[in-house]
Amino acid sequence: MQLSLMLFMPAVGAIIAWFTPDNRHRPYILPLFAAIHLAILGWVLIDTPPASPGGWFLLDPIGKLVILSFSILFAACAWYAVNYLRYRKERSNRILCSALLLCLSAMCLVSISQNLGVLWVALESTSVLMAPLIYFNRNARSLEATWKYLLICSVGIAVALLGIFFLAYSTIVAHQDATLLLSSLIDDAPRLNPGWRHTAFIFLLVGFGSKMGLAPMHTWKPDAYGEAPGLVGALLAGGLVNCAFLSLMRVYQIAAATQEAASFQSALIAMGLISMAFAAVFMARQSDFKRMLAYSSVEHVGILTLALGLGKGALFGALFHMVNNCLTKGVLFLSSGNIHRAFGSKNTAVVRGAIRWVPWSGALFLTGFLAITGSPPFAPFVSEFTIVSNAFTMGNYWAGSLFLVFLAVIFIGMALTVLPVVLGEPPAGETGTSEPYRDSFVSVMPLMVLMAIMLVLGIWVPSPLQTLLTEAAGLLGGGR
Amino acid sequence: MGSLADQFLVLSLLINFIVLGTSRLGFAVRAVAIQGVVLGFLPALIHPFSWHIVLIVILMICAKGIIIPWLITNAIRKAEIKREVEPFIGYIPTLVLGAVCTVLAFVFAKKLPMAAEHQGLLFVPASIATLMTGFLVLTTRRKAISQVIGYLLMENGIFIFGLLLAEAMPVMVEAGAVLDLLVAIFVMGIIMNHISREFSSLDTSRLTMLKEE
Repeated sequence: MQLSLMLFMPAVGAIIAWFTPDNRHRPYILPLFAAIHLAILGWVLIDTPPASPGGWFLLDPIGKLVILSFSILFAACAWYAVNYLRYRKERSNRILCSALLLCLSAMCLVSISQNLGVLWVALESTSVLMAPLIYFNRNARSLEATWKYLLICSVGIAVALLGIFFLAYSTIVAHQDATLLLSSLIDDAPRLNPGWRHTAFIFLLVGFGSKMGLAPMHTWKPDAYGEAPGLVGALLAGGLVNCAFLSLMRVYQIAAATQEAASFQSALIAMGLISMAFAAVFMARQSDFKRMLAYSSVEHVGILTLALGLGKGALFGALFHMVNNCLTKGVLFLSSGNIHRAFGSKNTAVVRGAIRWVPWSGALFLTGFLAITGSPPFAPFVSEFTIVSNAFTMGNYWAGSLFLVFLAVIFIGMALTVLPVVLGEPPAGETGTSEPYRDSFVSVMPLMVLMAIMLVLGIWVPSPLQTLLTEAAGLLGGGR
Repeated sequence: MGSLADQFLVLSLLINFIVLGTSRLGFAVRAVAIQGVVLGFLPALIHPFSWHIVLIVILMICAKGIIIPWLITNAIRKAEIKREVEPFIGYIPTLVLGAVCTVLAFVFAKKLPMAAEHQGLLFVPASIATLMTGFLVLTTRRKAISQVIGYLLMENGIFIFGLLLAEAMPVMVEAGAVLDLLVAIFVMGIIMNHISREFSSLDTSRLTMLKEE
């Protein structure tokens, strides 16, 4: 009951947004329904409903973490959207508002589904719904980005579907009823045929990996993140990544119960490190700061996958890092959106000295950069430290050392772009935008809130969150 | 019953090669539509009668045989293009690659055990071969429409495998799959329209503005 309320409320908002004729007032529907959603979510988190009949829908601790992180991010984006869309009066925002809210519904469905089939349908819906959002600017560049995104993600998700079918068929081969229910798959996993199981895991890893943007299936990411509006970029990097990572964790839950757990884990470690390496190479000398953020996202999905592969104690770090990455990416993308608008460009040759033009956004962009690269006292430092220290205590010195090297290279590469953008000498004279953009309360406040959460979590993790993280790590098979 | 199903599958494998070998987009779309209809009849051949199966047959034939081909044909007519020009890899090499993929699919499928009732049928090799053919078309052709056709072939390959599960899987999942496919094609269709307006051709090799410097 509560779950379906949570699921359908944003969809109701989407319908209302679609039929609101007024382009100026329509954006206010976003924060309104984001607030309603947060209220329902709070209720659901405190008083968690039992599994639905048949066990298809259940909000388990992992799902709770995912839904909590992207809901906070969504609320911040919705709040921010009001001001953003005021600056984009010339364009109808009907599709944007409706698709954003529908996407929230679909992401909720991803978090609560315990049936791999339903999970797949929900994940595919999020990909399709994001396409019109990336195409919001309606120019040749955003068109190219949308086409690449849609094609690579659709192929990836199709491969994942075949992987899911393989799993289901292996349960038939094992002379049981076909099932896609997560709990029964975990129970059955050791008895399934190794050939089918192995093929299924490979397909699922490739499929969900391309949705997450793991290298080398990440090529859509810089384009899509670069061309989409800032708030859409934030939801792609925070919301969609978390949903895809959740799907990967579901596969991990099944794989961990089989004899192939070790080989699956080493595949995850390898893919994680490769993604970090790609990010480290392409991060340096980026002339477009939004594309740079996309490579930062490739890096962090690499970190998440690596941590998942390490297992045991690192799982706590993986889950915590998922939350941290989501919220910090929100700060980075939204502030970069502000800077983009203030300068009318996202090229680092033009954008210099943002701190003089838009002091708050510039400062937040800089702080976000420090946080995401793992500087104390922000929360990503804690989660990255947990991951690396566990890598070393588990004796995986190679992974641990490479992890540290990549982090250092990425820090330098990102600093080379971010520091001139924020602190450099601003260009002489007025820039091309006719209506100069300045920071305002609504365009900066949501970012401040996200940043504050990151600061607090870096110093002190409240006990409910601590319990939630420990429970979720336990579900994945790792105690502290 | 089983042998008839196998003949249908062989037919769909042949259609794969037709799509690989043709440069005429309209012809390729019709071939994929026929493949969709052929595959649409399959569930009726391998499963005992039930309303669930009837529903799948009707849904599949409508979606894959009528609605989606109609959408793509519309896009072709609007964009006024008839042929694929200069694919990244020529037609003969892709045909050879397609044949290699099909053989590999058969070898691979031998290694996987089947449930008693599906023993000796061609479902797994046909599914993997069609999937790989789709992937070939998707990666070697320039025109956006050809890429969508490749995606459709991939979906057909997955559908062939899904048939083995049709009885055991709840209808909601399949309905969702068809719906998603439809929406995806619809969105792709809209974007194709925009590509043709923006670049005055549906040639995705012109989509090269975004890259690393």
